[in-house]
Amino acid sequence: MHELSVCQAMLAQVEAIAKRENASQVIRIVIHIGPLSGVVPELLQQAFTIARAGSIAAKAELETALQQVRVRCQQCGAECDVSANRLICCKCGDFRTQLISGDELLLASVELTREDND
Amino acid sequence: MCDTCGCNITEGNRHLIEEGGRHAHTEDGSVAVEVLQNLLSENDHQAAHNREHFDRHQLLAINLMSSPGSGKTRLLETTIDKLGHKYRISVVEGDLETENDAERIREKGVEAIQITTGTACHLDAHMIHHALHQMNLDEVDILFIENVGNLVCPASFDLGQHINITLLSVTEGDDKPSKYPVIFRAADHVLITKSDLLSVLDDFNPERAEQAVRRLAVEAPITLTSAKSGEGMDRWLDWLQEQLELQNDRRSRGETLHPKLQPDGVKLHTDKL
Repeated sequence: MHELSVCQAMLAQVEAIAKRENASQVIRIVIHIGPLSGVVPELLQQAFTIARAGSIAAKAELETALQQVRVRCQQCGAECDVSANRLICCKCGDFRTQLISGDELLLASVELTREDND
Repeated sequence: MCDTCGCNITEGNRHLIEEGGRHAHTEDGSVAVEVLQNLLSENDHQAAHNREHFDRHQLLAINLMSSPGSGKTRLLETTIDKLGHKYRISVVEGDLETENDAERIREKGVEAIQITTGTACHLDAHMIHHALHQMNLDEVDILFIENVGNLVCPASFDLGQHINITLLSVTEGDDKPSKYPVIFRAADHVLITKSDLLSVLDDFNPERAEQAVRRLAVEAPITLTSAKSGEGMDRWLDWLQEQLELQNDRRSRGETLHPKLQPDGVKLHTDKL
């Protein structure tokens, strides 16, 4: 259950952004998660309902956009969508591939209300 | 500075407030700010700081990850026995509770700092930084960080180490790399441990384990070892000493090394987005 740590780190970033943008409230947080990030979106959602209490994002919604695992073959150059535990090339079968998507753990955007909009 | 009259909008930032831009206003008057920053950037920042410490003190930092009871401490004991006369080794031990592992290391005459994490299932860069302040890093050649026994969480946190080792004991099953891809993908060397038990286990096939690791696009060496019988220990110790030399070469060129765990991929995706 390291999702709570991840969630707290995320909220610290969100609070810094909200402060910088003079926000009174955070409405929505969008994050990109890849299956190979090691973070489970459902657990992060659960952790978020605990971690957001008392923060500027207390009423915010967390949207997790799950990213596709995708590799590029370093031998034949093919790009394939693959499963998280089978990162081999779908064309030539070589295991020497480079992950081009699927390990993201990114804060993508924050939707907030400005103080001057209240 | 001035959001009312638009005097702060220039050609350089106009795209930010236009529809879809970083500061585009939504219909209900709220503002969407595009960020694209790693969720663990604070940890990563601290980890980079730790790595600078390690490089300045000219040591090689190695993070050991595995499930509980797969032989991390035993591997360290044997490594200290074999290399302790040649290199100055120190150990940071991560456990939920007890100082048992640190005491085992200290019995070998080696400094061991115990981090008890309480309920936290992994070490993070801040905990390591705190431990570093209890050590004299000038007197260390190799720093081993024995992470909390857990095949999931430790893989997500960079500690500032140069190298990751992931252990898989033969009693755990040869399909573990398929079940826990994140931690095996992070490995710079996979050690299959307790090979002396293979004679009584008919369901662990080292080749199958290796195939499962390769399917994760891992090119790292995989070594079958037993700290008890000594199998594979020479290969592990040779590799380790080779890494020390490589690290010294890198340092002399002003470079450092990030383990595979370092989410360079994330930065790649950020540029793309």
